[in-house]
Amino acid sequence: MSDASTAGPVLSADGTPLKRSLARALRREKLRALMLIAPLLLFILITFIAPIADMLFRSVENNIVEDTIPQTAFALRSWGAESGEAPSEPVFAALAADLKVAVKAKTHTRLGSRLNYEMTGISSLFRKTGRQVGKWDLENDAPFKEKFLDIDKDWGDPEVWGTIKVFSSKYTAGYFLNSVDLQKTPRGIEQRDENQRIYVKLFGRTIFMSLTIMFSCVLLGYPVAFLLANLPSKTSNMLLILVLLPFWTSLLVRTSAWKVLLQQQGVINDILVWIGLVDDGNRLIMINNQFGTIVAMTHILLPFMILPLYSVMQTIPITYVRAAKSLGATNWTAFWRVYFPQSVPGIGAGCILVFILSIGYYITPELVGGTKGVFISNRIAYHISSSLNWGLGAALGAILLAAVLILYWAYDKIVGIDNVKLG
Amino acid sequence: MNLNKTMIIAGAAALFAGGAIAQDMTIVSWGGAYSASQQNAYHDPYMAANPGVNIINDTSSNEAVAKLRAMNEAGNVSWDVVDVVASDAMRLCDEGLAMEIDADTQLAPAPDGTPASEDFGDLLVSDCFIPQIVYSITFGYRTDMVGDTPPTSVCAIFDTKAYPGRRSLEKRPINNLEWALLCDGVAKADIYDLLETEAGQAQAFAKLDTIKSDVIWWSAGADTPQLLADGEVVFGSTYNGRLFSLIVEQNQPVEMLWDAQVYDLDGWIIPAGLSEERKKRALDYVYFATDTQRLADQAKYISYGPARKSSAPLVGKHAELGIDMAPHMPTDPANATNTFLTNYGWWADYRDDLDSKFQAWLAQ
Repeated sequence: MSDASTAGPVLSADGTPLKRSLARALRREKLRALMLIAPLLLFILITFIAPIADMLFRSVENNIVEDTIPQTAFALRSWGAESGEAPSEPVFAALAADLKVAVKAKTHTRLGSRLNYEMTGISSLFRKTGRQVGKWDLENDAPFKEKFLDIDKDWGDPEVWGTIKVFSSKYTAGYFLNSVDLQKTPRGIEQRDENQRIYVKLFGRTIFMSLTIMFSCVLLGYPVAFLLANLPSKTSNMLLILVLLPFWTSLLVRTSAWKVLLQQQGVINDILVWIGLVDDGNRLIMINNQFGTIVAMTHILLPFMILPLYSVMQTIPITYVRAAKSLGATNWTAFWRVYFPQSVPGIGAGCILVFILSIGYYITPELVGGTKGVFISNRIAYHISSSLNWGLGAALGAILLAAVLILYWAYDKIVGIDNVKLG
Repeated sequence: MNLNKTMIIAGAAALFAGGAIAQDMTIVSWGGAYSASQQNAYHDPYMAANPGVNIINDTSSNEAVAKLRAMNEAGNVSWDVVDVVASDAMRLCDEGLAMEIDADTQLAPAPDGTPASEDFGDLLVSDCFIPQIVYSITFGYRTDMVGDTPPTSVCAIFDTKAYPGRRSLEKRPINNLEWALLCDGVAKADIYDLLETEAGQAQAFAKLDTIKSDVIWWSAGADTPQLLADGEVVFGSTYNGRLFSLIVEQNQPVEMLWDAQVYDLDGWIIPAGLSEERKKRALDYVYFATDTQRLADQAKYISYGPARKSSAPLVGKHAELGIDMAPHMPTDPANATNTFLTNYGWWADYRDDLDSKFQAWLAQ
């Protein structure tokens, strides 16, 4: 600082260097500001960030194998799947000891269902074995290899042991591999069977359909917002209520209404048949497919496009367009060269809102999407609430979150996030 | 001193009395007509007999497994009794999330003294499960869309020549794969052995392929009744109780196709890890709600068969419509000439595998 070089530091009224007292005052102010936002910050941390972080962590966490059968996991280190044979007696003895504890705590079935995600059949193997192991005497019943093989010959299958070994680490990439249609096997990473590949296709479809919905929203929403912004306020307020009314109506009601309209015996088909455009035997199929999802979701998300557009358009002075026209521009040139560029921030905001909302939607696709119109979020919901494969659900969710962040970043690079205005 | 002591005792007594008045018990079920039938048959009489208990209804049964797991991880189980289907009960029991029940000591014997384990018989499919009703997943068809030859066999579903039009099937592999193989000429006893093999799975999917373009896939129990009522589909599978209300209560031109109906069970579990007091209360409720008379009472309100053998003769008439309920039960001999029992244990193993294959097949 230049003041230090001349006649010593500048002092404040109480004799402390000005720099320090300024810094102290600033710090106090910052602290006060922090304390003001602290309740909100804590609230967000506890109820939003922490649960999401915890859920995402599940996509790599894999303590269960080491926690449930620690001795077996250790004993398996010296065994390799390449040998093509089941491990020897010490591993089986370790498994017997581990299972004895696990059966008492009822955790062996959890481990079974965890490993069943990787290899079908392990779940019942653990359940079946668990019933017998409880009766064994660890001291006197050795050797155990025979006994395990007696319960189920699958214990002699090196594939089973390979799966246990591969997934006995504390962290696993297994769920992430699974969510891009790959799998981790004792032989390394492989592509899943063709008849089991679903996720890459679903991610692609989710992004494609979200983009389609976003563009339809722009096409339909732009003229409406333009009208709203340029009509006298009396009429535009009425119109705005028409936009907001569906916005306030329950999502399920609106989705069911589309069912009534679009189904084969529905209103639209009935009218088309009545005016003779469509033959009664060949009614159009407009629901339970991609078309149904796109129509219903465009309708549901339309207000999220119209409202930001409207608030941006309201700030565009109409005098600019008049000036352009007075300088000889046609109506189209005046709109395209003068008005439209000023409304781009509104389009940007609307697009981001609609796209991000639609990429994570699942109720509407579930109800009207049939088989070809469902999103990746439907699979996430399935894994969280019905298959209980939370790790896979978390991995799919993490990928979806990353995809949104990447697209947001790309948008920022291409269009610039400063150009987004909500009003 | 003395006065103080009396006051403390009086205060404590008041507190205790106050506590006794408002003992809440949260019972989780499926909502809609089903919860209403439980309210009428179980909750109301129980609360009348136990004024100290206040039953709170929660309708989260369709996500009970996930929620119980989350509650268990958080160490705060807020439910006392939960109504779940048998396969969910088995999973909850497997994961240690439900309490084991000893039927003979913890459930009411039949009126003639038969122990509960015998009265429920094979329906006690899991150590934690207290059966309540037998329902079935079966087909209904539009009587005005099948011409003069109403279907008598489940395989009519796969016959698009004789019965053109769309069909609704549940959007999951369970039941659909079994029906497909059954109609492809596989004997009932061989179905699960065959489904374990790649070839058997391919055979089932190939059979489903023949009607794939005619199927509307449902995921909510209300879908099929709605589709049938709108005339969107000729056939549709759903829970038999839903079809009952469509046919009998709403008078739609729909008939039941009981052939190859798949039996399933629904009942109670008590979550593991309840405090002694809550556990005692939950057990007391379950003892009351699953006795012979109570189970028979529920059938007055909904067409699901009581799980106890001793309840069957007590099933009477519908509470409002006054019709005999017995002919509408999935367990009625006339309806049960050809039934199918899901192999729960098998599905516990193959669920993940077949589900991803089924989803991939749907997306093709």
